[in-house]
Amino acid sequence: MPGPDNNHLRSATISVLVDNESGVLARVIGLFSGRGYNIDSLTVAPVDDARGRSRINVVTSGTEMVIEQIKAQLDRLVPVHRVADLTREGPHIAREMALVKVLGTGEKRVEALRIAETFRARVVDTTTESFVFELTGATEKLDAFIDLMHPLGLAEVSRTGVAALARGIRTI
Amino acid sequence: MPAAPQHPEPLQSGAEVLLRALKDQGVEVVFGYPGGAVLPIYDAIFNQNAIRHILVRHEQAAVHAAEGYARSTGKVGVVLVTSGPGATNAVTGLLDALMDSVPVVCLTGQVPTHLIGNDAFQEADTTGITRPATKHNYLVKRSEDLARVVHEAFYIARSGRPGPVVIDLPKDILIGKAAYAGPVDTHRSYRPRTEPDPAQIARAVALLKGAKRPVIYTGGGVVNAGPDAAAALTRFVRMTGFPCTNTLMGLGAFPASDPQFLGMLGMHGTYEANLAMHGADVLLAIGARFDDRVTGRLNAFCPDARKIHIDIDPSSINKTVPVDVAVIGDAGRAIAALTAAWEADATEPDRAALAAWWRQIDLWRQKQSLRYIQDTAPSAVIKPQYAIRRLWELTQAQAKDVFITTEVGQHQMWAAQHFGFERPNRWMTSGGLGTMGYGLPAAMGVQIAHPEALVIDIAGEASILMNIQEMGTLAQYRLPVKVFILNNQYMGMIRQWQELLHGSRYSESYSNALPDFVKLAESFHATGLRAENYGQLDDVIGRMLASDRAVIADIAVDPKENCFPMIPSGAAHNEMILGVEGEGEARGITDEGLVLV
Ligand SMILES: Cc1cc2nc3c(=O)[nH]c(=O)nc-3n(C[C@H](O)[C@H](O)[C@H](O)COP(=O)(O)OP(=O)(O)OC[C@H]3O[C@@H](n4cnc5c(N)ncnc54)[C@H](O)[C@@H]3O)c2cc1C
Ligand SMILES: Cc1ncc(C[n+]2csc(CCOP(=O)(O)OP(=O)(O)O)c2C)c(N)n1
Ligand SMILES: [Mg+2]
Repeated sequence: MPGPDNNHLRSATISVLVDNESGVLARVIGLFSGRGYNIDSLTVAPVDDARGRSRINVVTSGTEMVIEQIKAQLDRLVPVHRVADLTREGPHIAREMALVKVLGTGEKRVEALRIAETFRARVVDTTTESFVFELTGATEKLDAFIDLMHPLGLAEVSRTGVAALARGIRTI
Repeated sequence: MPAAPQHPEPLQSGAEVLLRALKDQGVEVVFGYPGGAVLPIYDAIFNQNAIRHILVRHEQAAVHAAEGYARSTGKVGVVLVTSGPGATNAVTGLLDALMDSVPVVCLTGQVPTHLIGNDAFQEADTTGITRPATKHNYLVKRSEDLARVVHEAFYIARSGRPGPVVIDLPKDILIGKAAYAGPVDTHRSYRPRTEPDPAQIARAVALLKGAKRPVIYTGGGVVNAGPDAAAALTRFVRMTGFPCTNTLMGLGAFPASDPQFLGMLGMHGTYEANLAMHGADVLLAIGARFDDRVTGRLNAFCPDARKIHIDIDPSSINKTVPVDVAVIGDAGRAIAALTAAWEADATEPDRAALAAWWRQIDLWRQKQSLRYIQDTAPSAVIKPQYAIRRLWELTQAQAKDVFITTEVGQHQMWAAQHFGFERPNRWMTSGGLGTMGYGLPAAMGVQIAHPEALVIDIAGEASILMNIQEMGTLAQYRLPVKVFILNNQYMGMIRQWQELLHGSRYSESYSNALPDFVKLAESFHATGLRAENYGQLDDVIGRMLASDRAVIADIAVDPKENCFPMIPSGAAHNEMILGVEGEGEARGITDEGLVLV
């Protein structure tokens, strides 16, 4: 269809079901870097051992035309079984996990702990001068939490990238 | 070793399994070059007669030869090279085949599995290097995978949008024992769609029936779809009465002599083809990928047209040009479906509008945009266009089937403009990558596939030097390929851009210190001929065509001639520069255009 606004950027969460063979991740990543597409986050793990399949979730952004092109390019990679644009195909759930290390003592430390509670972050490691929080949720929630930790002694962040599924009965 | 129950046949070496798989794939010829890592395969080749090995002189040429073989037959071309430098030399050919959708399987040697990653002698990360240059590639790490991988590779190379597939073969896999498995014609994840969606076909026919100024624009995909698709296209175009234009890669899919043919479109396309595109109200694109050489400035491309695009590769659709109707499927099947739907639909096309459209096109044709002026004094300098015209005319008198390959540059464009192709698979050129050095090895591959045919490489004096070593291969296998050099003493295409876009600063584009091509031919056991002027041209072409040996015909042509029409990069179809009277500066070139290639 002509028409979709070709300057408007949108974000897309794309799930790709692939054969778990060597080089498949290099193919996907090479496609993005070689063709100049954005990768905002990327996760990959085996999801079906019996059939030897992995699922790659990639969050990307671009114009409608670019995102359609990304999906078509992914789909024509030989080991790819299915490409789903979760953002476009209906409501979906996207979650990531972060481990967040905050250093500090005194008032800042107390404040960090209080914020962590409101975010339902768990304390998974602690010393008298540090916390490691574990937080799961949507990307925006993790971003907000990390922003708040900045002035409170944020020292290090490790994030998983997005895992995503369609809501309801739909499957990839 | 007693045969295990699951392998009733005795196990063979990996190399033997490989050859058996090739044979079962119908492979008759392999273009290759030996090296340490592939010696087991050469051993297996030594011990059999089913598959013929053609020893090239450079691995890049092996791939181009396989491309020429593939494109002129519709079969998969096969290449065999050693590890490390053998594989890296093949990369240009692989990318060329990828860009032009040519089915090739390339077998590369690799160091034994236990040495991979150790910087072993002649080790290269071949799957890493060739990943973006192939449709798919494999590293075989287990003997039991070997036969399956070979069959899969052939299936992938030829199915859907064809392309090159590399199989990297560690030496221990070639030596170790392996079980054999027969060919398969399916794949667990790669299943391209070939059958078009009837609903989209119906929408396409509705648009076409209502068209007042239609154009059918077809490309290499129709050639890929096979001669039947080209025949179906010809019937469809004649049935509709619509004008038809071809891309560089699509030439021959519709007969050049047909009155409905507008010639090639794009950067060096005809005036009528490009203005028809610009003025069209409905565009039917079949197996063509809206390349930048075709579209010119995108925001001025076919500004008034509703667009229908038929392509087997969904990623070709809406890639650069958004279309109104997308038909995913094989060009041959889609054209058949279109034809049936057109006939079944009772709506009458707008014949009056179509007649007016043809009157307009005929006015554009009167520009004679391919015109050139040849002085006919015997001592006159030969115009390159005239040399191609004469070559074409004189080959028509031959009883033989004629195949043309080219190098890259002005001569390539003049060949496209002035040599009329009536049938598909007779025209082999490097379009997408534009690889100088393609034409001679490609011609070699064509001649191997068609020993009785007349095979001519239309070359430039600069390009031909890029794979000139293949003259040795021609000699060894007595391949009577003709090399027809339009010798303008310049990298003419570069010189033309410098003249038109860079203030005539001819930086490094002069072909200095050229060899004596006649002596060069002779030193390679071929015939060398030279035409200096108009008076000598016919005689040289005649002697070349009459010879049953390889020939280099060195044709001295006007060094200053430019290739027109030309749509400068970044310009629109209606901002074309014409030759003869329009010659001069390039109008409409913006700074934005200048950054484009
Ligand atoms: C110096 C130079 C100048 C050039 N100038 C021009 C010019 O003036 N005009 C011009 O046209 N080109 C020109 N080219 C060539 C240009 O760069 C492109 O290679 C060419 O335009 C692409 O042709 P195509 O669109 O037919 O696509 P191809 O590259 O042939 O691609 C084929 C398309 O068909 C599809 N396809 C494949 N198989 C099938 C099937 N079975 N069924 C349906 N679809 C299928 C593929 O998915 C693809 O989209 C020039 C090249 C050079 C080197
Ligand atoms: C391998 C390679 N290197 C560089 C180029 C850029 N290039 C395109 S045309 C051309 C000049 C070709 O000269 P010649 O073969 O004499 O052909 P002419 O244009 O004179 O007909 C060059 C250098 C290319 N296409 N391929
Ligand atoms: Mg030249």
